[in-house]
Amino acid sequence: MNLTSSLIASGQESEAVEASVNYAMQASGAFTWMWLLIAFPLFGAAFLLLAGRRTDKWGHWLGVAMSLASFATAVVMFFAMIASPDADRSQTLHLWDWIAVGRFEVPIALHLDQLSMTFVLLITGVGSLIHIYAVGYMAEDPARRRFFAYLNLFVAAMLLLVLADSYLVLYFGWEGVGLASYLLISFFQYKPSAAVAGKKAFVVNRVGDIGMSIAIMLMFVTFGSVTFEGVLGNVGMASETANTWIGLMLLLAACGKSAQFPLQSWLLDAMEGPTPVSALIHAATMVTAGVYLIVRSGPIFEAAPTAATAVIVIGAITLMFGAIIGCAKDDIKKVLAGSTMSQIGYMMLAAGLGPIGYVFAIFHLVAHGCFKANMFLGAGSIMHGMNDQVDMRRFGALRFVMVGTFITFSAGWLAIMGIPPFAGFFSKDKIIEAAFMHGWIPGLVAAIGAGITAFYMTRLWTMTFTGKARWTEDNQHPHESPKIMLIPIAILAFLSVSIGFILAYGDAIINWLTPVTGYAEQETVLNHYIIEYGTLAMVIAGAVIAYLQYRRDVPITPPQHVSALTTAARRDLYGDAFNEAVFMRPGQWLTRSLVFLDSRVVDGAVNGVAALAGGLSGRLRRLQTGYVRSYGLWMLIGAVVLLGFLILVRV
Amino acid sequence: MNSFPWLTLLIVIPIIGAIVLAAMPRESVTQAKKVALAVSLITLIVTIVTLFQFDSDSDQAFQLVNSYSWIPALGVKFSLGLSGISIVMVGLIGVLMPLVILGGWNEADDAIGSVKGYYSLMLTLQALLFGVFMATDRFLFYIFFEAVLIPMYFIIGRYGGPQRQYAAVKFLLYSLVGGLLMLVAVIALYVQGASQLGEGTFDLSALSTLQLDSGIQKWIFLGFFIAFAIKAPMWPVHTWLPDAAGQTTPGSAVLMVGVMDKIGTFGMLALCLPLFPEAAQFFAPFIVVLALISIIYGAIMALGQRDIMRLIAYTSVSHFGFIVMGIFAMTSQGMSGATFYMLNHGLSTGALFLIAGFLISRRGSSLIESFGGVHKVAPILAGTFLLAGLSSLSLPGMSSFVSEFLVLVGTFETYQWAAIIATVGIVLSALYILWLYQRTMTGPVAPGCENFTDLNTREKWSVGPIIALIIFFGFFAAPVLNAINPSVDRVMQQVGVVDPQPAISDNVTIPVDENAVVPLEREANDGEGGQS
Repeated sequence: MNLTSSLIASGQESEAVEASVNYAMQASGAFTWMWLLIAFPLFGAAFLLLAGRRTDKWGHWLGVAMSLASFATAVVMFFAMIASPDADRSQTLHLWDWIAVGRFEVPIALHLDQLSMTFVLLITGVGSLIHIYAVGYMAEDPARRRFFAYLNLFVAAMLLLVLADSYLVLYFGWEGVGLASYLLISFFQYKPSAAVAGKKAFVVNRVGDIGMSIAIMLMFVTFGSVTFEGVLGNVGMASETANTWIGLMLLLAACGKSAQFPLQSWLLDAMEGPTPVSALIHAATMVTAGVYLIVRSGPIFEAAPTAATAVIVIGAITLMFGAIIGCAKDDIKKVLAGSTMSQIGYMMLAAGLGPIGYVFAIFHLVAHGCFKANMFLGAGSIMHGMNDQVDMRRFGALRFVMVGTFITFSAGWLAIMGIPPFAGFFSKDKIIEAAFMHGWIPGLVAAIGAGITAFYMTRLWTMTFTGKARWTEDNQHPHESPKIMLIPIAILAFLSVSIGFILAYGDAIINWLTPVTGYAEQETVLNHYIIEYGTLAMVIAGAVIAYLQYRRDVPITPPQHVSALTTAARRDLYGDAFNEAVFMRPGQWLTRSLVFLDSRVVDGAVNGVAALAGGLSGRLRRLQTGYVRSYGLWMLIGAVVLLGFLILVRV
Repeated sequence: MNSFPWLTLLIVIPIIGAIVLAAMPRESVTQAKKVALAVSLITLIVTIVTLFQFDSDSDQAFQLVNSYSWIPALGVKFSLGLSGISIVMVGLIGVLMPLVILGGWNEADDAIGSVKGYYSLMLTLQALLFGVFMATDRFLFYIFFEAVLIPMYFIIGRYGGPQRQYAAVKFLLYSLVGGLLMLVAVIALYVQGASQLGEGTFDLSALSTLQLDSGIQKWIFLGFFIAFAIKAPMWPVHTWLPDAAGQTTPGSAVLMVGVMDKIGTFGMLALCLPLFPEAAQFFAPFIVVLALISIIYGAIMALGQRDIMRLIAYTSVSHFGFIVMGIFAMTSQGMSGATFYMLNHGLSTGALFLIAGFLISRRGSSLIESFGGVHKVAPILAGTFLLAGLSSLSLPGMSSFVSEFLVLVGTFETYQWAAIIATVGIVLSALYILWLYQRTMTGPVAPGCENFTDLNTREKWSVGPIIALIIFFGFFAAPVLNAINPSVDRVMQQVGVVDPQPAISDNVTIPVDENAVVPLEREANDGEGGQS
C-alpha cells in the first residue's frame, strides 16, 4: 500500500494547482511536423480504398506501416515535449482556413499538449499493435485490404479528434471516428445483424451529436468563438446558465460516443464487428473520446457545478449498469463490452469530480486502454482458435490448449480487478479515493462497482480457462493463435502489468498532466486506508464468489429460472426494449401516418385549394389533354390581372 | 459596362447544341449523345473560364455584366450578371451537365420520345437554367423562370416512368400557380417603380432603392415568396416533387432537384430579401416555422418511402427546409451557409440520383425491396452510394457539413428554438440514409441482383468528379465561402440587419434563458445599403 500512499498524501489538504495550458502558442521546431501524425494513416486509408484490388496482396502491410509511422512520429513528438520546459509543451499548428463567414472563423488547426500527447501515444501505440494483430486475425478474409483502410481511417480521425484546437475540428474527428466505427461494425455486411448494428451505432451517436451541435452553437453565441482558446479562456465571462447548458450538451455528446447511460445501447451490438475493432475502437480508444471531451472542457464544468454533478451521476449509473450487464452475459465479447461501459463510467465519474479527478480519469483511461485491448485481443485469439465461438458456456479448460492466451489474459484480468501491483490497482483506486473526496455516494458506488467488476471478470476467466472442457475436439478443436497475434497480446499484457506502476511512480502522470488539467486534493470522507483495504476486500470477495460458483459444471444452455435481475441483465437492462417502446414504435407509427396523410390530405388540400382558387375544378380534366391551350389561358388571366393592376394603381 | 459576353455564351452554346440535336435524324442515337456530351463539355470549359474571372474582392453587386437593350418601351433589358450567390449555381450547372449526360447515357433509349430530342431538351434546360440564375432584369428573370418549365415538362411527360403524364401535369400546374402569382408581383413592382422613379424598370439594383409602403410590400413579397416556395419546394406545397422526381429520368431528376428547385431558394435570397426588407423581416418567423416543418416532415416522409427516387426527393424537401431556414435567419452565417448549401445539395443529390439511376438500370425497378446485398456483387457502386449518402447526411469532411452547420449556427443566433429543433434533422438524416443503404446494399444478395456488374468506366467518370468535389469542398470550404460572403453581406445591408454580438462582449445573458427571438436590429442608415 505504500505506493498509493505516496501518491496522495491523505488527511492533508494540499493546495490546488491551476491549469495553465496556453492554446495560443504557435508550433515550432519538431512540432511543426505534427500534421504527419494524421497524414500517415489518412494517406493509408485513401490509398488502400482507391487503389482497389491490385493492392490486396500487400495492402495490409501498408496499413501497418502507416500506423507505425504515425507511432514513430508520436514518439519523436513525445521526446521533443519532454525536452521542452513546461511552458513550451503546448503547441498549436495552424494548417489552413476551413470556414470563415462573418465572425464564425474556424481554421483547421492542431493543438498538441500533454493531454493530447497522452492520447496520441495510446492511439498510435495500441493502434499499431492491433494493426499487427489483425494481419493474423483477418488473414482468411478476402476483404482484408478494406479492413485495413478502415482501421487507418479510424486512426486518422481519432488523432484529429484529440489534436483539434477547436470544438468544430474536434467534431470533425468525432464524426470521423463514428464513420470508421460504423464501417467496421458492419464490416461483415452480408450478415444482416452486423449491418443493423453498424447503423444503430451511428444513429445513436447522432443523438449525442445533437448535444455536440447545440454545445458548439451555444459557444458561438456566448463567446463568439469555437476554439479552445476562445471558449475555455473566457469561461469566466459567461453566465453560469450558459456554461451549464454548454456542459450538459457536451455531456450528451459524450454519452453517445462513450456509450454512457442513456445512450449505451449501441455498444453491446457493436460487438458484431471483427474483434480487433472491438479492441481498438470499442474498448481502448474511441469510446473514451467522451472522457477526453469532458476533461478537455474542464473549465466549463468547473464553472457549472450542475453540469459537473450530472457527469458524476451519469458516470455512476453507467458504472453499475455496465457491471450488472457484464455479470449475466454468456457471450465473452459482450461481457467485455459491458465491462468497457462500466470502466468508462469510472472515468466519467472521475472527470465529473473536477481537478481532484481529471488526472485519474486519464490515468485509468490509459491503463484501461492497455488491459482491455489485451483482453479483447485475447478473446479474439480464443475465437480464432475455436471457429468464432463466443459462448463461454462452450469454453472451459482452455488454459491447457491456449497457454499463451491464458497467461496474457490473466494479466489483464488481474489488472482490471485492481489487484496490486497490476495497472488497475493504481488507476482505479485513485478514482475511488477521489470519489470519496467528493462524498459518500459516488465513493460507495465506485467501491461496490469494483467488487462487481471482480465478480464478472472472474466469472469470465473461470468459465473460459478453468473447469471442464465443454467443447469437443471435432467441432471446435481449439488451438493457439499464430505469433503475429500473440506478440501484440504479450506486449499489451506486459503493459497491463506495468503501466500503472510506471505512470504512478513519482507521481509521473500527475506532474505530466497537471499543466493542462489542473490538480487538487481534498480530504476524503473516509479514512483512506479503510477505502483501500475495503475496496481490496470487496474485490477479493467478488472474485472468490465467482470462482466458487463457476468452477463447477456450467450448463451449456443458460438456466431459465433465474432472478428478475439476471433476466433484466441478460436483456441489457431493457435498454433496447425502452428504445423500441419510446422511439421506434411511435416513430414507425408517425412515419406511416404521415405518409398516408401526405398523399391524402396535404396533397389533396393543396390540389383542392388550387382548384378552388382558380375555379379550375372543371378544367382539370381538360388540362391533362391540352396543355398548350391552358397555358395560353393562364397567360391571358395574367394579362388581365396585369391590366387590372395598372389601372388600379395608376388611378 | 459590358464585359466580354461570357455569360451570354453560357446560354448560347447549349441552345446551339439543342438546335443541332433537334436537326439530327431520329436514328442517330449514339451521335446525338456524343454531340450532347461535347456541347456540355465546351460549356463546362466556358463555365470554368467564367468562374476564374470572378473577383471575390470586387465591390460590384454584379460582375461580368452583359446588358443589351430589349424592350425599351417597358424598360426591359436582356441583362446578365454574376453575384457571389449566383456564381455557385452557375458553377453547379456547368459541372453537373456533362456528368448527367454521361451517367444517364442510356436512360432515354427506350422512351417514346427520340434520343436526340431528349438531349436537345436537356441542353435547352441547361441554357434556361443558366439564364434564370444570371438574369439581373426582373422581367428577364420571370421569362426564364417560366420557360424552364417547358423542357422539364416534356422531359417528364415523354421520357418518364409509367405515371409520367400525371406527374408532368402536376408539376406544371403547381409551377403555373406560382408563376402566375409571381407575374402579378413582378407587374406590381414595375408599377411601383414607374410611379416612384419616373420611368418603368425591371433592373434589380434600381428596384431595390424603392421605398415601398409596408402593406404593398407584404403583398408583393408574398407573390414572389409563394412562387419560390412552390419551386423550392417547401411544405405544404411540396407534393409535386416526389411524383415528378419519381417519374422522370434520373439524369433530369438531378437537374430538377439539384438545380431547378434552387431557383426558389435563390429567389428568396437574391430577390425577396433585397427588394422587400420589411416584409421579409415581418414574415421571417412564419417562414422559419415552415422551413422547420419541411426539415422534419421531409425526413420522416423519406423514412416511409418504398421507392428510391421518391426517397431522395423527400430528403430534398428536408434539405430545402435547411436552406430556407438559413436564409430567413438573417445572419451572415445563415445566408452564406444556405447559399453554400445550394451548391452542396446539388452535388450530393446529384450523386445520389445518378447512382440510383445506375441501380435502376441494372435492376429494372426503383423499389427499395427489389435490392439487397449489392455491396457483395458491386462494391464500388455500393461505396459511391454510401459516400453520396454520407454527404446527404452532412458528415464532416463532406462539403454539406460545412453548409449545414453554418445554417444551424446562423439560425441559432436569431431563432434559437428553431435551430435546436432542427438538430433532430441530423438524426433523421442518418436514419434515412443508412437505412436505405442497409436495405439495398447489405445483407444477402437479393434475387435479381446476383448478376450486377460493378460501375463501368463511364459511370465512374460520371459520379467520381462529384464525389471528389464534395470531399474537396468539405476540407477547403473557404474559397467558395469567400466568393459568397460579399454578396451575402450586401443582402444583409439591404435588409438592414447585422449579426448579433456574442453574449460575453456586452455582458448580457445569452438568449437561452430568454426563450425568445432576438429582435433583428435595423442598421441606422439602411437607406444607402442597396446601392453599389
